[in-house]
Amino acid sequence: DATLILAEHESGSIKPQTVSTVVAANSLGENSSISLLLAGSGSSLQEAAAQAASCHPSVSEVLVADSDKFEYPLAEPWAKLVEFVRQQGDYSHILASSSSFGKNILPRVAALLDVSPITDVVKILESNQFIRPIYAGNALSTVRYTGGGPCMLTIRSTSFPVTPITVDSESRKATISQIDLSNFKEGSFTFLLCIPILNFSFFFKKLSFPFPIADSASKSRYVGCSTQDTERPDLGSARVVITGGRALKSVENFKMIEKLAEKLGGAVGATRAAVDAGYVPNDLQVGQTGKIVAPELYMAFGVSGAIQHLAGIKDSKVIVAVNKDADAPIFQVADYGLVGDLFEVIPELLEKLPEKK
Amino acid sequence: MKILVAVKRVVDYAVKIRVKPDKTGVDTQNVKMSMNPFCEIALEEALRIKEAGFAKEVVAVSIGPSQCVDTLRTGLAMGADRGIHVETSSSFLPLTIAKILKSIAEVENPELIFLGKQAIDDDCNQTGQMVAALLGWPQATFASKVVLDKEKHVATVDREVDGGLETLCVDLPAVITTDLRLNQPRYASLPNIMKAKSKPIKKMTVQDLKVDIKSDIEILEVTEPPKRKSGVMVSSVDELIEKLRNEAHVV
Repeated sequence: DATLILAEHESGSIKPQTVSTVVAANSLGENSSISLLLAGSGSSLQEAAAQAASCHPSVSEVLVADSDKFEYPLAEPWAKLVEFVRQQGDYSHILASSSSFGKNILPRVAALLDVSPITDVVKILESNQFIRPIYAGNALSTVRYTGGGPCMLTIRSTSFPVTPITVDSESRKATISQIDLSNFKEGSFTFLLCIPILNFSFFFKKLSFPFPIADSASKSRYVGCSTQDTERPDLGSARVVITGGRALKSVENFKMIEKLAEKLGGAVGATRAAVDAGYVPNDLQVGQTGKIVAPELYMAFGVSGAIQHLAGIKDSKVIVAVNKDADAPIFQVADYGLVGDLFEVIPELLEKLPEKK
Repeated sequence: MKILVAVKRVVDYAVKIRVKPDKTGVDTQNVKMSMNPFCEIALEEALRIKEAGFAKEVVAVSIGPSQCVDTLRTGLAMGADRGIHVETSSSFLPLTIAKILKSIAEVENPELIFLGKQAIDDDCNQTGQMVAALLGWPQATFASKVVLDKEKHVATVDREVDGGLETLCVDLPAVITTDLRLNQPRYASLPNIMKAKSKPIKKMTVQDLKVDIKSDIEILEVTEPPKRKSGVMVSSVDELIEKLRNEAHVV
C-alpha cells in the first residue's frame, strides 16, 4: 500500500496540519509507504522539501513539483498535478488536510479520478473504514470506501495530534525526487473542450488585457491575498484559545480578549455573531463552518454556545465559560463555568493570572 | 448570461437533530426541512447579479425527493426565474450530484454555476469543486465577494481561506461556491410567494440525464458523539484560577 499526501508549505516549511496528515496516514496500515507531494516554485519550495524529508520518520519519499504553474495554490493546475503524479505511482490512498487548501483541491482531483472522497476524517478504523462528523458534529458517521480507485480523504488535523518524536533526523531522512514535468499538461484537455463555447471575437479581446499572470492557458489567476499578520499562535493549532462572543459589544472591548490571549500565550477566537457584528475579521471564527480547535485550554467569554460553535470546540481538553446568563448552553459543555459579567471578570483575570513564561 | 444555482433541501439549521435508534442515520421524518443556508446565499448572489443587469436568467436546480419542489418554490419566491427538479428517492453522493449538474449545465449552458460551499447535513464540501472538474471550468470556492466584469468576461472572487482572504480572477464560465459572509439572503415577500406558484418547474429523472450513479461509499452506522461530561460551576475568579492551576494544570 502506498499513500500520497498533498502537502502544504509556507515560507520554506511544512505546515503542521500536513504533519498531522502524515500521522493519520501512518494508521492506514503497517507496511504503507508515505509520499509527500510538494508543489510550488523556487528556493522556498526546495527549502520546504528538505524540511519535509525529516518532518516525520514514516515519510519515505518527498516528491517535488517545481514550476511557475504552482507558484500559487490554484485548484486547476494542482488537481491536474495530483492526477499526473497518480498516473506514475500506484497509490492506494490520496490524502490532504481538511484545510481550505485541501478542501479546495482534493474534491477536484477526486472528480477527475471518478472517486468519492471522504471529508473531515476524525478517526481511521481500517484502511478503508473511517469516522467523520456530520450535522456540524452532532452525529458521527462510520463509512467504508468500496470503490476501485484510490481512497481519498481529507484529514481533520486536530484529531491527529503530532507527538514530538526524538529521532536522529539525519538517519531517517526521506529521499527527495524532483518530478519531471515535461509531459505535464495543465489544461490542454479542458482548454480544447471550451474553445468552441467561447465566442472568438471575445476571446481575442480577452487576451489583449494585461492579466496579473500572463498565462493565457490558465483559466484561473491569483490576484493577491490579505493575511492576518500577527505574532500570536495559529488558531487551529494553539495550546490556548481565548474566544469572545457578541457580548463583547465592540471592537474596542474585544481588545480585552486579545490582551488575555497575549498574557496566556494563546490565540484569539470569535463566535460567528461577533464576526457578523464586525468586531473581528472572519478568519477568527471558531465553529463547524469556521475553525475547528482542540487546545489544552479554551476560554469563552460572552459566548452563548450555538450548536455550530460547540461543534468546533468540543475536542478541547479544558473548557472555561464565563457568561452573565446562567442558562447559556455553553455551561453544559464547560469544565469550569463562572456566571458573571465579563467586563469585571476579564480585568480581574488579567490582574491575577500569572505571566506566561 | 444565465446563472444556474443548485439548492439542497436539508433539515432546518435550527432543528436539534436526532440520531435514529437503529443507527442507520438521522431522523428526518416530521422534522422541519429548509433550503440549505449556504445554498440560500448562492441563490441570493445570483439574484443580485441579475438585478445589477449582468444576467438575464437565474435557474434553480434541486435533486431529491418530491418535496424538493417546496425548496424550489422558496427559490422561485426569492426571485429565481424557473426551477429544475431532478426527482429521485435515493440519496446520492456528491460525485453523482456533480454529474447530474454537469449534465444539466451541458443543456442549459450557463456561464456561472453557484453552489453553497457545503450542505449542513452531510458537511461534505465537495460538489462545487467536482462540477468544476467535470466541466473543465475554473472554480472559486468559499467566496465572500464576487465582482463580475462583463467586458473581460471574468469574475474576481475573494475567497475565505485559512488565515485570511485570497483573491482570484477566473474566466467564465466558472463555478463559484459561497461562504457565509458573501451576503444576507432576502426573505420572500407574500406577493412574490404568490407569483412563484406560476413559475415553471421542469421535472427530470436521473435516467433522462443518463448519469452513471456512483455509490462507492457505504454508510456503516451513524451514532451520537460522546457527550462531554458537565463540569463544575465556580463562584469567583480566584476559585477559577485555583482550579485551572491545581486541578486542570493548564495555567
